[in-house]
Amino acid sequence: MEFRKTLEAAGAIWQREFIRYWRDKTRIISTIVQPLMFLIIFGTGLKSTLARGNFGLDFVQFMFPGIIAMSIMSVSFFSTISTVWDREFGFLKEILVAPISRVSITVGKILGAVTIASIQGFLLLLLAPILKIRLHPLSFPYLISFMILVAFSLASLGLLIASLMKTTESFGLMMQLLIFPMFFISGAFFPLTNVPWWMKWLAAINPLSYGVDALRQILLQRQATGKALSLVSLHPVAINALFLLVFSVIIVMLAALAFNKKN
Amino acid sequence: MEVIKVKNLVKKYNGLTAVDHISFSVEKGEIFGFLGPNGAGKTTTINILSTLLAPTEGEVYVNGFNILTQKDRVRKSIGLVFQDPSLDDRLTAEENLYFHAKLYHVPHDDYQKRKEEVLRLVELWERRKDIVKTFSGGMKRRLEIARGLIHHPAVLFLDEPTLGLDPQTRSHLWEYILKLKAEKQMTIFMTTHYMNEAEYCDRLIIIDYGKIVGFDTPANLKKAVGGDIIILESPQPQQLKQELAQKYALEAKEENGTIIVEIGNGKTFLPRLFEELQTRVTSVSLREPTLDDVFLHLTGRKIRDEEATPLDWMRQHHFRRRR
Ligand SMILES: Nc1ncnc2c1ncn2[C@@H]1O[C@H](COP(=O)(O)OP(=O)(O)OP(=O)(O)O)[C@@H](O)[C@H]1O
Ligand SMILES: [Mg+2]
Repeated sequence: MEFRKTLEAAGAIWQREFIRYWRDKTRIISTIVQPLMFLIIFGTGLKSTLARGNFGLDFVQFMFPGIIAMSIMSVSFFSTISTVWDREFGFLKEILVAPISRVSITVGKILGAVTIASIQGFLLLLLAPILKIRLHPLSFPYLISFMILVAFSLASLGLLIASLMKTTESFGLMMQLLIFPMFFISGAFFPLTNVPWWMKWLAAINPLSYGVDALRQILLQRQATGKALSLVSLHPVAINALFLLVFSVIIVMLAALAFNKKN
Repeated sequence: MEVIKVKNLVKKYNGLTAVDHISFSVEKGEIFGFLGPNGAGKTTTINILSTLLAPTEGEVYVNGFNILTQKDRVRKSIGLVFQDPSLDDRLTAEENLYFHAKLYHVPHDDYQKRKEEVLRLVELWERRKDIVKTFSGGMKRRLEIARGLIHHPAVLFLDEPTLGLDPQTRSHLWEYILKLKAEKQMTIFMTTHYMNEAEYCDRLIIIDYGKIVGFDTPANLKKAVGGDIIILESPQPQQLKQELAQKYALEAKEENGTIIVEIGNGKTFLPRLFEELQTRVTSVSLREPTLDDVFLHLTGRKIRDEEATPLDWMRQHHFRRRR
């Protein structure tokens, strides 16, 4: 009974996130256009400077998994900002005074962000044929699972930060300080196999690097030879999944605790 | 039956005592008011009663449930219209209600019925499909009231429901509130710092600096002032004040050079006053006491002192901006 109520409340919060997303067409368009821009500008810009022979891969193909991960990251983070906005605009009070558990609020918020981010990632995945990436139908379940995992870990992280922040401004700043380093040290632009030790360490605690690593291996398995892929990959896919799972569980619990404490 | 029971409630914000040992109870079906100036502790009290804030001391029961140990039951028992707006203005009116009904676990069939009922009550049924952003301040307020009712609460809290609205919208909103009481026997706990609105309450607490300074029906509170109010204007207010004290043992209050006297029977006193008065008086008026006079009588201050006005303006401005 209690469990059903928690689900119902989380479902309502989830639904609201989704309606808000769907209604904000500028946001949908910008979150689709932005990664495309990255892909076109960086892809064509760097294509000529990087010799193709290095990975046996086109640079655009190399970057594509990273762009998907980046898009998922920014949507996950952006969606959890809504908690800060809700506080700012008073709507959070309406949620907090309802007879529902704090956990259902946390869960609803995170699942809302995960849904939106995964849809976004899936839409980008549909571009694969244009980039001449041959996708095996069987790789879809893996790709989607990883997109959900990445979205989950980053949405939890976003909510944790949102719960710790006092003002919208500080949250935005914090996000800016996080998004770019996380993106650049994710392996999206260059392989992390041959970088200085400090960057290796940063990559090791960066959930996005695990997401990019796994997505690339699954996405490009028919594009590049196993040898070429292993030159640019960090961990086996299963290890990536394990890391993201453990990371998500820890952070989601911290986020629930922080949210509970603050409210 | 008591719907709200408060015993010795205290709330301190590091050092500042916002609510200072207040006790009262609210009966079923009455409109119960909290009247007080800015910062008196009205919102703090509502936040404690609605479980959003923990009290420093004291016991509070809402609908028979303890606000500390039975939070969920208390939350289910109350509907709330916050002082600051709390709608999602990117959703439609209907979606705001739907979301609320889900959070309060209202069964779907009941929701369908009540939705129409509450939206018709506040005359927003025709606008239910519209995005809240396109609503006026008064419509948003009405929608918030409708939302607060959809889970059939035992008591509705209204924290300054008419703040920032123009006079017409305010009186219109009051029609809905009175209709709620008449048609649904709803218990309503409200705060205000408008004197004329406090008149609508069945019983009223006057609160100042966190303390209860008066607690009765509006009529009785006015009676306690002591009959009539005489307002005198004079070029020499201080002298007039002294003369009143010496000759008639009357304690007059001064407000911006105007002298205000509370007197048992003003009609018979006035002729007597002008027979003997030495100080020059330029104007005189006589009226029955209002709640303004009650506040002045109890605290020695007007509820809206000069210093309160710019602050008030700022709050309303802020309020508008955020809508
Ligand atoms: N979170 C807080 N931290 C510290 N002080 C607070 C806090 N909230 C309110 N106060 C203080 O407590 C006092 C009572 O505030 P409260 O908001 O209850 O007043 P109010 O009667 O609702 O006033 P208003 O008519 O302006 O809404 C004020 O002095 C206010 O500054
Ligand atoms: Mg207030």
